[in-house]
Amino acid sequence: MNTPSSASPAPALRAEGIVKRFGQVEALSGVAMQVANGEMLGILGDNGAGKSTLLKILTGFHRPDAGQIYVRGEAQNFTSVDHARSFGIECVYQDLALVNSLSIFHNMFLNRELLRPGWPHLLDHNEMRHRAIEALTDIGVNIPSVDVEVGRLSGGQRQAIAVARAVASNARILLLDEPLAAMGAREAGLIIDLIERLKARGDIAIVMIAHNYAQTLALCDHVMLMQHGEVTYKSAAKDTSVVELLEIVRREYQDARRK
Amino acid sequence: MEQKLSTSATPGQGALQNAPFGFLRRLLLRPEGSIVVVAIGLIIYFESTNANFLTNLNLETLSQFVAAPVIIACGEIMLLICREIDLSAGQVYALAPFIMSIGAKAGLPVLVAFGGALVICAAVGLVIGLITVYLKVPSFVTTLGMLFLITGITLTISRGFPADTPGGPVLSSIMGQWGYSEFLWALGVVAVMHVVLRHSRWGLHTIATGGNIIAAAESGIDINRIKIGNFILTSTLAGFCGLIEAFRIGSTDPLAGGSNIMFLGVASGVIGGTAIAGGAGTVIGGLVGGIVLGVLQDGFTLQGINAFAFDIIIGAAILVAMITNIYLAGRRGAGPT
Ligand SMILES: Nc1ncnc2c1ncn2[C@@H]1O[C@H](COP(=O)(O)OP(=O)(O)OP(=O)(O)O)[C@@H](O)[C@H]1O
Ligand SMILES: [Mg+2]
Repeated sequence: MNTPSSASPAPALRAEGIVKRFGQVEALSGVAMQVANGEMLGILGDNGAGKSTLLKILTGFHRPDAGQIYVRGEAQNFTSVDHARSFGIECVYQDLALVNSLSIFHNMFLNRELLRPGWPHLLDHNEMRHRAIEALTDIGVNIPSVDVEVGRLSGGQRQAIAVARAVASNARILLLDEPLAAMGAREAGLIIDLIERLKARGDIAIVMIAHNYAQTLALCDHVMLMQHGEVTYKSAAKDTSVVELLEIVRREYQDARRK
Repeated sequence: MEQKLSTSATPGQGALQNAPFGFLRRLLLRPEGSIVVVAIGLIIYFESTNANFLTNLNLETLSQFVAAPVIIACGEIMLLICREIDLSAGQVYALAPFIMSIGAKAGLPVLVAFGGALVICAAVGLVIGLITVYLKVPSFVTTLGMLFLITGITLTISRGFPADTPGGPVLSSIMGQWGYSEFLWALGVVAVMHVVLRHSRWGLHTIATGGNIIAAAESGIDINRIKIGNFILTSTLAGFCGLIEAFRIGSTDPLAGGSNIMFLGVASGVIGGTAIAGGAGTVIGGLVGGIVLGVLQDGFTLQGINAFAFDIIIGAAILVAMITNIYLAGRRGAGPT
């Protein structure tokens, strides 16, 4: 199962020439990206640059108008979220994809419910409850009880649930859309710890969208900048700096103003 | 970690914590709990003011009044939870017996004609679902159109005349003619639908679809399938309800049921604690809501209230029941969603 990046030349996830239009808006105009096992790619860029749209294409939520996705070297056309998930692709969406009126543990197992053996395969609430407690205790987030409705949690707690859900589902390719946006320093630290532990395992590829340049450079192996649906800059994290990235963004901004 | 994770449910601390009895408090904390209290209160009231209320004869009448709205409610509750509604359920209810009697007249065994009628009702639900989901017409509009369309179909195939219900005495008693059989069917439907809602993936996905449709889709739930399925379910239950009502009465009028029975069903669900805004609901609450409506109707009828004042009192009572329920839900912490 575990294929270290050195042994397999094909990256865990690669996308080429991804185009996505929403009516008149071209959200992505030919984007390429790739990430290898044991590596982490950071995506930075303005609001509306198309970062989330790219991620949603990688999860099978949107279908691209053009372009090709390769999983572990093989071309795949995802027909649904479940299809992409069958390749081990899990995502923490920017909106967190939580249902407020459902309990924490039901949210953690949303559309991957544990069922009791034997017909008629009813929900195994107790097993889901226990596994949810385990997963959250592992991360160490403060949650009053997994029976609480998600609607009653704070923004950071909700984010922690969404991250815990993606991680607990044995992701091979983990996509994170601003996973730290609403978190306090302590909780952000917990999630960063978690991400580093996952990276250290070496058999999982991670893509993270973020707005914090320093944090992204510290955490990721590669970074890419996006603007207006295009990738404007790619680099290994160790070959660039916050200053350089900010300079690039500033220059892009000035170019755009001059046009 | 300051706080420990615990398995204990802790919904609804707050104002109800100091209710006098532990049992009462636990009851009120359930989504359908407050309406149970309202129902018991009404039954005590009518029993104390009228000696005929809890007699076998009256209970039979009451059970027959309650059964149809409750069965319809079971479908509507699933639709309300996923933020849809079926206004045409009462017309499907009227259509089904005519299809059965046409089938029986054509020489089909009664049970086959019965099954055939259910299949046609399911097809109506499928059409409603497809139009709503794929043509993106709000179900309020789709089913409003369907309401007129089906009335027209029923009137056409019946030529405006009532139809006798086919079938021998044994079958008829089982299906609805024996005093409590219709109510037992309703209880059966409630039991099954309760399990579907609380203990099956279908129910959980229905709640997710209504609670946050984008989240449901992002999680990979096929929201179109959930919605279409619940439209099919509602039409089929409405047809089933019309069929057993036809067995009970022995014949069917083409204008039976109608919007009245549909609204009673929706009202049962809402009184029982199902949020009209979607994302939450209870089938047991729908049963109790239907009982409350039935007790109000029946209780005031026994008291011999003036026919004109009757609707005023019923309407006001329904409002009070709903307000009480929403108020209690608010104290429970869930909020009047
Ligand atoms: N479902 C949609 N329908 C129509 N337009 C959309 C949709 N999703 C995204 N867009 C548009 O596509 C563009 C890119 O949006 P996207 O959400 O990918 O940006 P982003 O880079 O994630 O921004 P942010 O940093 O604010 O999250 C925006 O112009 C947005 O309005
Ligand atoms: Mg975004």
